Amino acid sequence: MAAITELIHDYLRHNKKFPHVLCAGCGHGIVLGALIRSIHSLGLSKDDVVLVAGIGCSGRVAVYVDFNTVHTCHGRALTVATGIKMANPKLKVIALMGDGDALAIGGNHFIHAARRNIGITALVLNNSIYGMTGGQASPASPTGSMSTTTPLGQLERSFDVVDLGLACGAGYVARATAMHALLLGKLLEEALTRPGFCLVEVRTPCPTQYGRKNGFKTAVEMYRWYKERAVKRERWDSLPEDQRAQSFPIGVFRDAPQPGLEERYYAACSRVQEKTSCQQSQ
Amino acid sequence: MASKKRSRKELFAQGNDAVVEGALLSGCTFYAGYPITPSTEIAEGMAARLPYVPDGVFIQMEDEIASLGAAIGASLAGRKAMTATSGPGFSLMQEHIGYACMVEAPLVIVNVMRGGPSTGLPTSPAQGDVQQARWGTHGDHSIIVLSASNVQECLEMTVTAFNFAEKYRTPVILLLDEVTAHTRERLVIPEAGEVEILSRVAPSMPPEWYVPYEDGLRGVPPMPAMGSGYRYHVTGLTHDRNGFPTSRPDEVQALISRQFRKIDQFFYDIQLTESYLCDDAEVAVVAYGCVARSARLAVDLAREQGVRAGLLHLKTLFPFPRPAVEAVLRTCPRVVVPEMNMGQISREVKRVNNGLAAVRTVNRIDGQIITPQEILKPLLRG
Amino acid sequence: MPAIPIDRFEIRLSGLGGQGILTLGRILGQALALEHGYHVAQTQSYGPEARGGASRADVVVSSRPISYPKPVNLDLLVALSQEACNLYYRDLKGEGLLLVDADLVPQPPTNRFCALPFTALAREKLGNAQAMNIVCLGALVHVLPMLSLKAVKATLPAVLPAKIVELNLKAVELGSTRARKRYPDIATQWTFFSPTTTASMP
Repeated sequence: MAAITELIHDYLRHNKKFPHVLCAGCGHGIVLGALIRSIHSLGLSKDDVVLVAGIGCSGRVAVYVDFNTVHTCHGRALTVATGIKMANPKLKVIALMGDGDALAIGGNHFIHAARRNIGITALVLNNSIYGMTGGQASPASPTGSMSTTTPLGQLERSFDVVDLGLACGAGYVARATAMHALLLGKLLEEALTRPGFCLVEVRTPCPTQYGRKNGFKTAVEMYRWYKERAVKRERWDSLPEDQRAQSFPIGVFRDAPQPGLEERYYAACSRVQEKTSCQQSQ
Repeated sequence: MASKKRSRKELFAQGNDAVVEGALLSGCTFYAGYPITPSTEIAEGMAARLPYVPDGVFIQMEDEIASLGAAIGASLAGRKAMTATSGPGFSLMQEHIGYACMVEAPLVIVNVMRGGPSTGLPTSPAQGDVQQARWGTHGDHSIIVLSASNVQECLEMTVTAFNFAEKYRTPVILLLDEVTAHTRERLVIPEAGEVEILSRVAPSMPPEWYVPYEDGLRGVPPMPAMGSGYRYHVTGLTHDRNGFPTSRPDEVQALISRQFRKIDQFFYDIQLTESYLCDDAEVAVVAYGCVARSARLAVDLAREQGVRAGLLHLKTLFPFPRPAVEAVLRTCPRVVVPEMNMGQISREVKRVNNGLAAVRTVNRIDGQIITPQEILKPLLRG
Repeated sequence: MPAIPIDRFEIRLSGLGGQGILTLGRILGQALALEHGYHVAQTQSYGPEARGGASRADVVVSSRPISYPKPVNLDLLVALSQEACNLYYRDLKGEGLLLVDADLVPQPPTNRFCALPFTALAREKLGNAQAMNIVCLGALVHVLPMLSLKAVKATLPAVLPAKIVELNLKAVELGSTRARKRYPDIATQWTFFSPTTTASMP
């Protein structure tokens, strides 16, 4: 454990004032820890990693780590990340978003980033609620769940981030939870090494806003809930219908990466540039 | 001219084409945009040209919010970046204009003004976005807004816009109108080396000494390209000199006042106006964009009829070129401000007037350019 | 300097979207600006529809820099639809010239006009009705003494796609020849330097 802590300290910003903004029991720190370990084990240089975050609790995570970090406007992480990746394809660009961030205000950017297959690793930290603003319903809030803006219970359906990513054509789609930190680390390593748009959804508990409004007495209860409900995808597929409704699958849902847009764009440009210089030299 | 051998490249081109030429001349290598009339030719021109520019990137985004977001990302990654749009798209961009101001990302936004509000008149000119360009994004901020009135000027002002953006680390808005953007005229493309091209200052100290938002004499901190070893935090939150979020009143005050100062203290560099026959004028027109062309003819016609008229053509709209306007207000008893809106620059003129001159406005909001005759009337009538 | 000094000569080309009015305006403007060295401001106005709506291109030509880029009082109105003719005729100077497509403008609002069947010529002689705009341009070469056939021919390849240049070179010849035959003296009617612009303004 001590080695892991030391490792993580190596990636934190010594001049940034701690403590951080996250609540006790929040899963975001676990996700950040997994991300740091994956980046470390891949041997990526800090200078080459760009962490672009949106707004919300997830958005605040970027400031603590010693990469190139960008804290964008609400929902716009993928737009800025797209610009960075197209401008400098050598950079490893990671977009860190919340569920409201990525699916509501940034929903259009999300589906188009996946469609155009830009080489970004997109992390959606899904806590099923708007935590920072005090617990309002998000597009990932389950039907029937309580929030300050759904006093009658959520009547709308929720997005399944993985299904959405698959439908939009992301080349790598995976899901883990904050309870499955080692699996998460493995998925992140895969996502960081695949070309094109890679999506990892992380179900992460918000005990302060979601938990208290939805009958979870402690944070531990929420982690326990994740542990019980999250089922390896391979096993989930073979579950009977009624048990499926009581659980959700984790693991890799698609691993069929395609060359990213930036790769294809620069290749197409060098083709036309070569052609022109050939014509000029003739 | 037909007989003379053409030494420089000449085109018969639209204002929008001239923007493309100006941007490429300035070293712009990144364009992100979304099609919208009447600015689309800029996107089309950049899409056709950038693939042939070394490392040139053109990307069509899903909307104008994303377009400016991508341009900001590219700017942070070290590129000279731009986007272009028109009314409705400009409204969508307001969020990211504020972000670009806050993170001090140099870039150029061209807004070809069309009739509004809302979808309005997509193929007709207007000048209704002038105050929006100044104040459209929320929060107090300083910004540079330029305009152009003919095709050659579109090229020149695009180059100026990039130079100001890079020099002052700020988004620069270039306001055109449908007439200026779609008028075709002879366009002379200067050769490389004929025009001054400025680029942002990169930090020269070792990365561990780098303080991202450190104040200096110019108030413009050096800006590294992302990935060059200078890792720092970029945020739309109010931040301290290290780039980290802060709500300490002294640090907030220091940040926002520096962002104002870095533009305001170079006021005389940024203020671009052109005075035509103003020296002895008894009545002067203050105009910008395509209306400045109508005004010039109106001034000529008034002079033919014995009225000493003059024109102050504003090329910089914001920061408002107060000294130049005040000079006219001081010497001309009457000032006429024609614009294709209900009075957006005239309110600035009136603000600095302080009873110096009688200010009259000529307003038109029907999607038609103000004619010379409409400006001539108040020039003659006294 | 260009051969003939001109003080604000104003041309309007008008018709329907899809007739190639904007292309016609662009070629005319480019030939006058780049080949002849005039100051030219070419503006256009069009509706939201690409086909079938009203369409017009305006060309202001002068030996001096042009301030106001739009026409004030037309010296020449080319109307390729009855609707455009009715709409813009009132913008024509008293001594201005109206040039129409003989078939598409069956009821010109005046007796003083020139008519040539541009569309019919393009369809019958060139086998392509779409070339009618360039047949019309050919007629303008004859009508406007400041515009040479050589300049127009040099401009066509710069503006049009390569595969239709050949056809359109023929179209220019055709329009020019027909106009010369039908209206041999028309080019002599112009006075290009009015003593004052003001007098003629509305």
